Amino acid sequence: MFVNITIPNWSDFAHFVPEAIMFGAFLLALMGDVIVRGRKPVVPFLITLLGALAALYYSFASPPVGDAGVLGSLVMIDSFAGFFRIVFSFVAVVTILFSWSSEEIMGSTREHKGEYYALIALMTGGMMVMAEARDLVMLFMSMELVALTSYVMAGYMRNSLRSTEASLKYVIFGAVSSGIMLFGMSLLFGMTGQMTFVGIRDALVANPVNDLSMLVVLIMIMAGFGYKIAMVPFHFWCPDVYEGAPTPVSAFFSVGPKAAGFALMIRFFFTVFQPIVDTIDWPLMIAILSAVTMTYGNIVAVKQTNVKRLLAYSSIAHVGYLLMGFLLLTPGGLQAILFYLLVYAVMNLGAFMFVSAINNSIKSEELSDYAGLGFRAPWASVMMFIFLVSLVGLPPAAGFIGKLYLFTEVLREGWYWLAIVGVLNSVISLFYYMQIARAMYFEKVPEDAPAVKIAPLHYVTMALLAVPTLILGLYWSEFKAIADQAIAGF
Amino acid sequence: MADHILSWMTFFPVIGAVVIAFIPKGNKEIVKTVAAAAAAVPLILAVRLFIDFDRNLDGFQFIEHFEWIKTFNIEYHMGVDGLSVPMVLLTAFLSFLCIIASWKIEKATKGYFALFLLLEAGMMGVFCALDFFLFYVFWEVMLLPMYFLIGIWGGPRKEYAAIKFFLYTLAGSVLMLLAMIALYLFTTDPATGQTGTFNMLHMFDQANHTGILTLDNVRFALWMGLFIGFAIKVPIFPFHTWLPDAHVEAPTAVSVILAGVLLKMGTYGILRISYPMLPDQAKAFMIPMAILGAINILYGAFCALAQTDMKKLVAYSSVSHMGYVLLGMSAMTEAGINGAVFQMFNHGTITAMMFLCVGVIYDRAHHREINGFGGLGLQMPLYTTVTSFALFAAIGLPGLSGFVSEAMVFMGAFPVHQTITIISAIGIIIGAAYVLWMLQRVFLGTRNEKYDDIQDINSREMFTLVPIGLVVLFLGIYPMPVLNLMKVSLNSLIAVINVAG
Repeated sequence: MFVNITIPNWSDFAHFVPEAIMFGAFLLALMGDVIVRGRKPVVPFLITLLGALAALYYSFASPPVGDAGVLGSLVMIDSFAGFFRIVFSFVAVVTILFSWSSEEIMGSTREHKGEYYALIALMTGGMMVMAEARDLVMLFMSMELVALTSYVMAGYMRNSLRSTEASLKYVIFGAVSSGIMLFGMSLLFGMTGQMTFVGIRDALVANPVNDLSMLVVLIMIMAGFGYKIAMVPFHFWCPDVYEGAPTPVSAFFSVGPKAAGFALMIRFFFTVFQPIVDTIDWPLMIAILSAVTMTYGNIVAVKQTNVKRLLAYSSIAHVGYLLMGFLLLTPGGLQAILFYLLVYAVMNLGAFMFVSAINNSIKSEELSDYAGLGFRAPWASVMMFIFLVSLVGLPPAAGFIGKLYLFTEVLREGWYWLAIVGVLNSVISLFYYMQIARAMYFEKVPEDAPAVKIAPLHYVTMALLAVPTLILGLYWSEFKAIADQAIAGF
Repeated sequence: MADHILSWMTFFPVIGAVVIAFIPKGNKEIVKTVAAAAAAVPLILAVRLFIDFDRNLDGFQFIEHFEWIKTFNIEYHMGVDGLSVPMVLLTAFLSFLCIIASWKIEKATKGYFALFLLLEAGMMGVFCALDFFLFYVFWEVMLLPMYFLIGIWGGPRKEYAAIKFFLYTLAGSVLMLLAMIALYLFTTDPATGQTGTFNMLHMFDQANHTGILTLDNVRFALWMGLFIGFAIKVPIFPFHTWLPDAHVEAPTAVSVILAGVLLKMGTYGILRISYPMLPDQAKAFMIPMAILGAINILYGAFCALAQTDMKKLVAYSSVSHMGYVLLGMSAMTEAGINGAVFQMFNHGTITAMMFLCVGVIYDRAHHREINGFGGLGLQMPLYTTVTSFALFAAIGLPGLSGFVSEAMVFMGAFPVHQTITIISAIGIIIGAAYVLWMLQRVFLGTRNEKYDDIQDINSREMFTLVPIGLVVLFLGIYPMPVLNLMKVSLNSLIAVINVAG
């Protein structure tokens, strides 16, 4: 039964450079934190930042060539994985940079701040592996690695009730859903006797399993992925965790693990469940879940008064948009998802970073405290407005192009009702995103409003995100090409 | 500048806006001067366009055509024909005058003028774009400055009005987006023989339509998607409810642009995009369109009759006047369509005058209640003359431009839709009623002593009103300069539709 396991050897590590850098940075940062103790954790910060930059550079400079299955058959290093390496290391760089000036992370709420940077490095490495897994064991291991790290990060502010509550909720939801998923995976293994995705698929094609059993397996596995990407009805943890966790962490969560979940889900579903499309119409199931997810996220967001919570619901809605591309089962659909993930990473990080930067200064995330921010912090507010316009999906921002590709593919495949639900959702989302703009620009600056002071590093990181948001909306050929090449292996 | 005249007209205001953003705080006079200069350049270029435009040529002129996003077949493609030139002229003319009319804006001056220039750029782009994607980008980009102009500088209920305007327009434009993508997916690019092009000229040619674009029910769905998108902008009943709110809350100059230019984008879109791309559907939609036109005319007029706020009255009169445009368009006769486009131009100038006049009195009295005035004719003789002129133009007094276009619309529509035209004609009488009644309540009757010290219209305000008045008067006597511009293009449009029908 275990004949296809080959022993890993040294040469496999040549394929694993960015991951090795991130894991190495994790270990070094932990040790460095112990050796050099200061008021600020300079050593872990620098080690992880340089590590993430090196991983980003390496991912750009030498993308994977061809398909290499390494470590036996556990992971697959292909251009798809290469694309996600770029996304994750970019997200890590921005988050690390940003966190350095963040009060929530670097304030006096907690000692041992070096851990935070080490954990980001660990999680980034884990997410990269998630995008590469092609075996049930690696799938579960990588998901758990990311999950466990994120429980700790959500509860980082351990003196804050909100933060610990977020962490606990995350743990409970995570444990239940990964348990369900594991059960589904064990059924799948029992039916086929195979561990690799390809092996399972071939076995399923050779000896078809009855529909009911497949449906049970499908739903159980979908529960696990649904939790990871915060798809309705597995989203309940998401607003509480994002609201409770330190804002830079929420920003990281809303982009990183979500994209990793999508990567793994794409690889798994497109390999294992592709052959059973004829017997079980799972694309239709996903289509319904997609419509429900975006509608739910958008409608609930309308009522929010806490900006962080609002953005949490908005991120649920965006999962709905992304799923539209997922269910098409076409290369075009995948390319649209990947491009949208790229755009989403930039604009959503930006929006969260703004919330964090403002929170640093006025210690609040309530919409009512944003009154007149447009005049109190003009440059930051303009950048926030760019992110908001992009999140709505209006030109000339990148979000529009992302949506344009998604809708084009959805219409090309003839899912007309889904496209109409999707565009109407954009209209709903306009309302709540513009609530933020309204508070920032239309409301008078209150007499007793505290002065807003934004750290220089925060300006830099926000600009690092705002400029691409605009540029990708006007000229995006090269970046779309990166996303297009990523699915060459599929 | 002569080479890329359309691009210069579109993007010069953007340059102006950027320059304004970098002027240090407090230099209000410099900001205003820069804004006026940035708006003057497109006006000069528009005059140049008016002179150089070849009136006998069918098709697009001053074309600029570059590759933009090759993989998605998006091009930077600009050009004008007889339908767009009048709109471009209107945009350049009104934008410049509105900058002058906004001279007294004190709150966040920099932001106001920068946004105003961006708005102008968006409008220009809409009227010049020949690539559907480019058109859509300009169409949407324009919403953002408008949202802020209403929301920051508007009246008491500005926030409500601003978001309502934004939501309504976006709801329409996302349907347009889906129709645009469907047209993109199934239109063949003759140069490559493959489907997938945003070039409007390719979309006009029915021979390029493939796949689902040849199915009747799909074409109907596309027509409805585009139509609703444009109808919200016009606005056609029952999508008009954003208009009174937006107009009442917007500052004067923004109201002028809203009524003078933005509403025209809706009817322009129908004529530029819906008609030539889906001529068979256009033909089939003649009667519903005429009925919607009649409803707009009568409903708008009756609503105007009931208003006590001057600005709201003028806003509803816009609904009514856009009804004439629809009626003329629905007839698809030479007189009808030419009259409709001419009415678009004339409504732009006449409504602009009316809004500016309301703005003048609002600046002095700080309210617009029709019943709160009386006998102003004695206190403000010059103002009374100018306002009366604008109001009579709105009624369609012979000798002023509104008369010519309304007469053409009725002449064009009567042979096709007799009953509907006769019913619509009642709108003229109601129009006279609300206008004259307002005139009577505000300027005639007993003198209201509260306004004994009110100042008459000043020279800056006259400077914004007189040029428009001259245009209205001149085109009322001799409309040919504008009619000649559009005749050839519009006639070929009618031919396209009649072939399809």
